[in-house]
Amino acid sequence: MERPLTRNMLPGEEPFDLKRYEMAGGYEALRKVLREMSPQAVQQVVSDSKLRGRGGAGFPTGTKWASVSMGPDVRRPKFLVADADEMEPGAFKDRLLMEGDPHQFIEGIILSSFAIDADVAYIFLRWEYTLAARRLKRAIAEAYEHNCLGRNILGSGYNLELRLHRSAGRYICGEGTAMVEALEGKRAIPRDKAPRPTTAGLWCKPTCTNNVETLCCIPHIINNGPEWFKGLGLTGDSGTKVYGVSGKVRRPGAWELPMGTTMRELLEEHASGMRDGLKLRGIIPGGASTQFVLEEHLDTPMAFDSMGTVGSRLGTGTMIVLDDQTCPVGMVSNLMHFFARESCGWCTPCREGLPWLAAILRSIEEGSGQEGDLEQLSLHTRLLGMGRTFCALAPGAMFPLASALKYFSEDFERHIRERRCPWR
Amino acid sequence: MLTDDIKKKIEAEIEHHPDRRSAAVDAMLAVQNDLGWLSDDVLARIGEFLGMTAEELDSLATFYNRLYRKPVGKYVILVCDSVSCWIMGYNEIRDHLKATLGIRLGETTADGRFTLLPTQCLGACDKAPALMIGEELYTHLTPARLDEILAGLP
Repeated sequence: MERPLTRNMLPGEEPFDLKRYEMAGGYEALRKVLREMSPQAVQQVVSDSKLRGRGGAGFPTGTKWASVSMGPDVRRPKFLVADADEMEPGAFKDRLLMEGDPHQFIEGIILSSFAIDADVAYIFLRWEYTLAARRLKRAIAEAYEHNCLGRNILGSGYNLELRLHRSAGRYICGEGTAMVEALEGKRAIPRDKAPRPTTAGLWCKPTCTNNVETLCCIPHIINNGPEWFKGLGLTGDSGTKVYGVSGKVRRPGAWELPMGTTMRELLEEHASGMRDGLKLRGIIPGGASTQFVLEEHLDTPMAFDSMGTVGSRLGTGTMIVLDDQTCPVGMVSNLMHFFARESCGWCTPCREGLPWLAAILRSIEEGSGQEGDLEQLSLHTRLLGMGRTFCALAPGAMFPLASALKYFSEDFERHIRERRCPWR
Repeated sequence: MLTDDIKKKIEAEIEHHPDRRSAAVDAMLAVQNDLGWLSDDVLARIGEFLGMTAEELDSLATFYNRLYRKPVGKYVILVCDSVSCWIMGYNEIRDHLKATLGIRLGETTADGRFTLLPTQCLGACDKAPALMIGEELYTHLTPARLDEILAGLP
């Protein structure tokens, strides 16, 4: 089985420096592109590969790149932003990729910047990823020394500056336009949907944002071709995926597997199943803002379209496992407090609604829930749903809540009826 | 208030931006790195550099999680309270920290050594429960391991 994204990683060891990365075939894709390809040709290869964004939304990368303003009349500098702001609760895949093979990530950034003819690239890294920051800093310096970055890269005439931006932190920075605001040194409040950042983003210049894992795929697509990449997936979605499992399983962790690996294989083979004495009750498959699924859904492939058929989303592909000794109401309450705290406060439904829901959930969990609370929760999954708020933060918070109300209604009712949490 | 060294750091941040205001958050992080936190006075001085008022900087400092507007201890403990850590024993870790340090979340010990802050997911979910002390990550926490970690700090 091919594991292009993680093949250079040796557990517990320092990542490859530039020399070792090159010996393993690194920066070959960059040489090839600079020697014989145009930006449009790179865009076409990535478009043909059917690569979809690994940050959670699954938008086709080639389509996003094609929407970036090109040509001699475009306002410059143009920007590429590498979204390394992994802050979705339950997600830890980008950490692995950046700590484990920083040069692969950097090569992906350079190739993608070339494809959209960007002049400056930013890595938007969350502050807490300190080890990744140290390793990236060193790798970026090496890449500059060897002229893989800077002026006239490898004699090609292409120029690119790469800057590491350590964010001061807030979940909303992960929203594409909020990240642009944050990089401009402002409060990270999402912008209007139009114009798109690919037309007018950072300082009103064309700006394209791609996730770490997405960018790490690019060198391999260039080296091996789009057909190879498509062939890696099991169910029609291309490539491999860095999946993860956390919660009370025997062996939590992250593994690079073919896109479309089932939840059952992840849970039972790679995570070695539930801990002794525990039973599976549910799974949040792709980070905090995805819908619960149940044991009966385990044979579903973890891919973009298939997860939709069971009422959820692939999201980040890092699943959180709920066991039968953990209170589902407590879990949803924990999630809602996270979303309420991280709301940017810009639009009223999100700013006022999320803390209200968090308070209701806490009171139910603590045994002071009342008749009518469940109706309030249910009503708000619609009032804070898609289209009712300025951005997707609150609708994302409603996904786990709505699915929990559906699948664990008896647990909610029991809390209210018995005026206590049965797990305490 | 701002030493020449800190002023140089702010200037270095400004150089990487198309205008001075854009450097505001980076400049505050750089100053905080030396001073520990951002007082009203410090904000006013940074503002002079950037052509911004202290209030404008305050609106940024209060927005971002990692900018501190109150004094913090020598060690800032960021204890993850997100979902995977919660499943794996956050409550026990939090309670043990509170009892050991004798403070509540958001407080600093009287000797100025520790500040205890809850934080969002640290991206170490497979090694939960987790926390950070300063810039270092600690995982697979138990109360006993916490005692060792705290005792081992210089």
